[in-house]
Amino acid sequence: MTLIGNLFRSSIGRKFLMAISGLVLVGFVVGHLVGNLQIFAHPDKINGYAHFLQGLGPALWAVRIGLLLCVVIHIWAAVALTIENRKARGPEAYGVHKWLQAAWASRYMRMTGVVVLAFILYHLAHFTVGTAQVQSFKTQLPEYHMTADFQLLGFPIVSKGTEVHDVYSMMFLGFANPVVSIFYIIAIALLTVHLLHGIDSMFQTIGWRNRNWAGALRKLTALFCLLYLAGNVAIPGAILTGLVKPADGTAAQTTLHAQR
Amino acid sequence: MAKLESKIPSGPLADKWRKHKAEIKLVNPANKRKYEVIVVGGGLAGSSAAATLSELGYKVKCFVFHDTPRRAHSIAAQGGINAAKNYQNDGDSVYRLFYDTIKGGDYRAREANVHRLAEVSVNIIDQCAAQGVPFAREYGGLLANRSFGGAQVSRTFYARGQTGQQLLLGAYSALMKQAGAGAVEILPNEEMLDLVIVDGQAKGIISRNLISGEIRRWSADAVVLATGGYGNVFNLSTYARQSNGTAIWRAYKRGACFANPCYTQIHPTCIPVSGDYQSKLTLMSESLRNDGRIWVPKKKEDCKKDPNTIPEEDRDYYLERIYPSFGNLAPRDVSSRAAKRMCDEGRGVGETGLGVYLDFSDAIKRLGEAGVRERYGNLFDIYHEITNESAYKTPMRIYPAVHYTMGGLWVDYNLMSNIPGLFVLGEANFSDHGANRLGASALMQGLADGYFVLPYTIGDYLATQKPGSRPKTDNPAFKEAEENVTSINNRLLNTKGRHPVSYFHKRLGQIMWNYCGMARTREGLEKALQEIPALREEFWSDVRVPGSADTLNQSLEQAGRVADFMELGELMCRDALAREESCGGHFREEYQYPDGECKRDDEKFAHVAAWEYQGPDKTPLRNVEDLNYEFVKMSVRSYK
Amino acid sequence: MVAESSTKLISVTLRVWRQAGPNQAGRFVEYKAKNCNPNMSFLEMLDVVNDELVSKGEEPIAFAHDCREGICGTCSLVIDGKPHGPHRGIASCQTYMRSFEDGAVITVEPFRAKPFPVVKDLITDRSAFDKIQQAGGFISIRTGAAPDANSIPVPKENADLAMDAAACIGCGACVAACKNASAMLFVSAKVSQLSLMPQGQPERDTRVLNMVAKMDELGFGNCTNQYECSAACPKLISHDFIARMNKDYLAASFRSAFRVKSNAASGAAG
Repeated sequence: MTLIGNLFRSSIGRKFLMAISGLVLVGFVVGHLVGNLQIFAHPDKINGYAHFLQGLGPALWAVRIGLLLCVVIHIWAAVALTIENRKARGPEAYGVHKWLQAAWASRYMRMTGVVVLAFILYHLAHFTVGTAQVQSFKTQLPEYHMTADFQLLGFPIVSKGTEVHDVYSMMFLGFANPVVSIFYIIAIALLTVHLLHGIDSMFQTIGWRNRNWAGALRKLTALFCLLYLAGNVAIPGAILTGLVKPADGTAAQTTLHAQR
Repeated sequence: MAKLESKIPSGPLADKWRKHKAEIKLVNPANKRKYEVIVVGGGLAGSSAAATLSELGYKVKCFVFHDTPRRAHSIAAQGGINAAKNYQNDGDSVYRLFYDTIKGGDYRAREANVHRLAEVSVNIIDQCAAQGVPFAREYGGLLANRSFGGAQVSRTFYARGQTGQQLLLGAYSALMKQAGAGAVEILPNEEMLDLVIVDGQAKGIISRNLISGEIRRWSADAVVLATGGYGNVFNLSTYARQSNGTAIWRAYKRGACFANPCYTQIHPTCIPVSGDYQSKLTLMSESLRNDGRIWVPKKKEDCKKDPNTIPEEDRDYYLERIYPSFGNLAPRDVSSRAAKRMCDEGRGVGETGLGVYLDFSDAIKRLGEAGVRERYGNLFDIYHEITNESAYKTPMRIYPAVHYTMGGLWVDYNLMSNIPGLFVLGEANFSDHGANRLGASALMQGLADGYFVLPYTIGDYLATQKPGSRPKTDNPAFKEAEENVTSINNRLLNTKGRHPVSYFHKRLGQIMWNYCGMARTREGLEKALQEIPALREEFWSDVRVPGSADTLNQSLEQAGRVADFMELGELMCRDALAREESCGGHFREEYQYPDGECKRDDEKFAHVAAWEYQGPDKTPLRNVEDLNYEFVKMSVRSYK
Repeated sequence: MVAESSTKLISVTLRVWRQAGPNQAGRFVEYKAKNCNPNMSFLEMLDVVNDELVSKGEEPIAFAHDCREGICGTCSLVIDGKPHGPHRGIASCQTYMRSFEDGAVITVEPFRAKPFPVVKDLITDRSAFDKIQQAGGFISIRTGAAPDANSIPVPKENADLAMDAAACIGCGACVAACKNASAMLFVSAKVSQLSLMPQGQPERDTRVLNMVAKMDELGFGNCTNQYECSAACPKLISHDFIARMNKDYLAASFRSAFRVKSNAASGAAG
């Protein structure tokens, strides 16, 4: 069991767990974003996709548990390492301290991490569990009738006419609230900052970074983060500013129209 | 009168070491663990000896005054290490390395010792490479060599400009391996302050823990000193600030003979002193003299002028003038002495007037600035870092500085001093370099002694000692030695005079440099022998050492070391005065050829002078060990 | 121009950490260093301040130093918040007074980290580094057992890279600069030096596992990839070696988990 011991007890092992769990979570947020970007397409898309995910049953739970495990490991490693790091610094703080070259994103990992955690909890309450903004939660909205077959990678998934949850409207109604949207945007921005150091750092931790391509890695990471940020900001941004309007005949359109 | 028996084996030169190894006594493996050996010093010689002795099974304690053995000043050696590998196929051999070293030492070293050094040089490289020392490599992955002064073959192995560091870290890693296995006990921050003699044999030491101040007694079956050289007697040198002669000096005062104390190596190209606050001189590689031209102004009044404004006709390229055939590449000792003469005439440059120009303007004209940068860029950078001057724009200022001491405690072929059970290795002994050391030979000697000589020869002594016979530390000799240490420390602390230790160290350094430095005269040495005792008296009545003995007290450490230098300096002058000839690093102005070369007197001085302590305020006794050259003909050392 | 700047003397105020012993409270004490020649090294300036203190009968400032040419790794000052002072790639002893303005207030502190307890004033105990070395920072070769040096060819690129790593002077500035007091740069330099060469292969896995375990045990913090260590390193050792060690450590952990070991008892035959 030295392997498990090395991974869970040594400094490098825990950094590795942090990197790998982070990698899984990055994969998740990217997939999540791609799924959500379907909001800009016909309501059939995102609603069919959501219906598909919900229909996965045990597989969905397996994925959820896996993700939860990653979150737990990521946070556990962060807390454990932080406590050790504080202790290692010793009893006396420097009278004067200067940063030499640490990237600014790296100096706020704990702060950005905590805000992102708070955001995830709210986000789950908002769109998954339905304990925040209850009135616009998908179960409270009228069912959506699929107007066409929904296919994923060529596989037929949801057929025309099926009644599904109206996730499309839920998102529009949720982001129509400026407070919610702005919190969402701020949180995403902080998550992006977190990723900016986190992704670069992951390559170092697993030993795939060196000076030959560290510059390119940093640029690629920044580009990735920028795209991620843009994609995520686009959704609430477009809804809030009214650049994108809900499709005709959806619950969101009716509700928002009535409010106006 | 000490008995100086060199114990050089008989027989042909090339067979002596092999024969000796076959004949000396051995300690059986089961008995080795019953012997305890104290090694003082953790540099190349000390670390390699401690590691190797413990591998053999001896119980070893290694004392270092640094916080870790890796700080020892072996680490500062730059150029490389010689070995007769003949990897370059340029005709090198053990005999050539032996011959070059004997000649380089101006025929004042023992033939047998030097030949052994050349023999084991090849094993050293094997050992270090196997330890993972990152020697420079050629593209094929095999070891690279460079050439060095005093040799016509390319036999110097190197690791960038940090060869000493890498070899020391190799020996240190061997020591750490043994310490981790519990085979060596390392005692850091522990300074040896006295040697304990029981029944005429070295059986222990007294040390002071530099953190707690505690004075401690240590008993052993044999004591090995590997404590380096004593060049800091000059105050300013290329030595580390803490390098000192205390361990060997206190052993001397217990009866160990001090051989050839006056043999000092002075390196011609160092960055000059910039003010009286200066603590350290930094070496600039001698290779600069390949392209630089050395000069001073012809007129004294030009000395403070910007050198670039001094016209060509007012410059004195004195090496080219005095030594037309060698010019700027005159040997180390000759060019050092010439620089001193120029400064003595009042034509030295720089704020202190102790410096000469090393001018690259011709080289820049010839090669372009980029060409010069390619060859010497890193040296120009170091120079800039220290002086804030660009040697591309204005000539470098250089001056000779004390760099190494060839003298040290007298040892026989087994590296044992005249006190049975006391072994001395590396720069601390006198044995292999004669009157002058060649470049890249210091590292070789330290590692030869520690890895490949002492581990054999110590058995010859230990086999005569009954296992478990070492004295207990409650033996009266330990008590007496401890009291000696305590009384020295108390006396230093209780003087409560006006001046810090450095005040006296600087003045001692001045006397030594002026009268026992690059060029010595009877008159000057006699003057020094007047001034040093007077300064010593002043020191003991007017030194200020604050704090107490039972805590970390750097002033006290320094005071003890300088107190010993005050006595050692006097012995150096005494030795220099008695040696009425010039040889290698010892240059008596009275004894020179018209061209300024050393004039040896083989009739009268082909011997080792081993000084024996006779008690406080008594003139020490000058014992003599004749150097019998059986294989090499002593001749005038010339590189023309 | 050079002559002028070298003669203009400067005066500075030092705020120096004074601490009588490991378990005593420390504090900053102000000293004046007047009329310093700009060509003085920082340590020489401290020598002069100390001599003045001694002449007044006061205890001088204890600070660690030895070679004063940047190679022994003894000196260990944090000057104005940066280990080894304002410049990159040099040790404290190679810092010169010309780097400071006339009238400057300079804060001088010891390296701070739990595994480097203060011994006195500016001196810390860095013996933890020796303990890490003892855990595996070597190649197990007995004196005299080595094969001919040229029987072990080392590709030049590897030898050069190993030398980059081996340049470490063991000063501990990496630990001092790291906000987590991590020793990763120090340990990785040794691990990388030996793992880059064929001589180091037999013990490659055990070396990295043991050295990291010892490092953790001694209470050094964890690397958060901020690279303050390499920025403070007087030999500019690259944090690339940390990545290399991470990979070595993980690979060794996985390999050791799946490797079949001999049933025979370890140790040499009788």
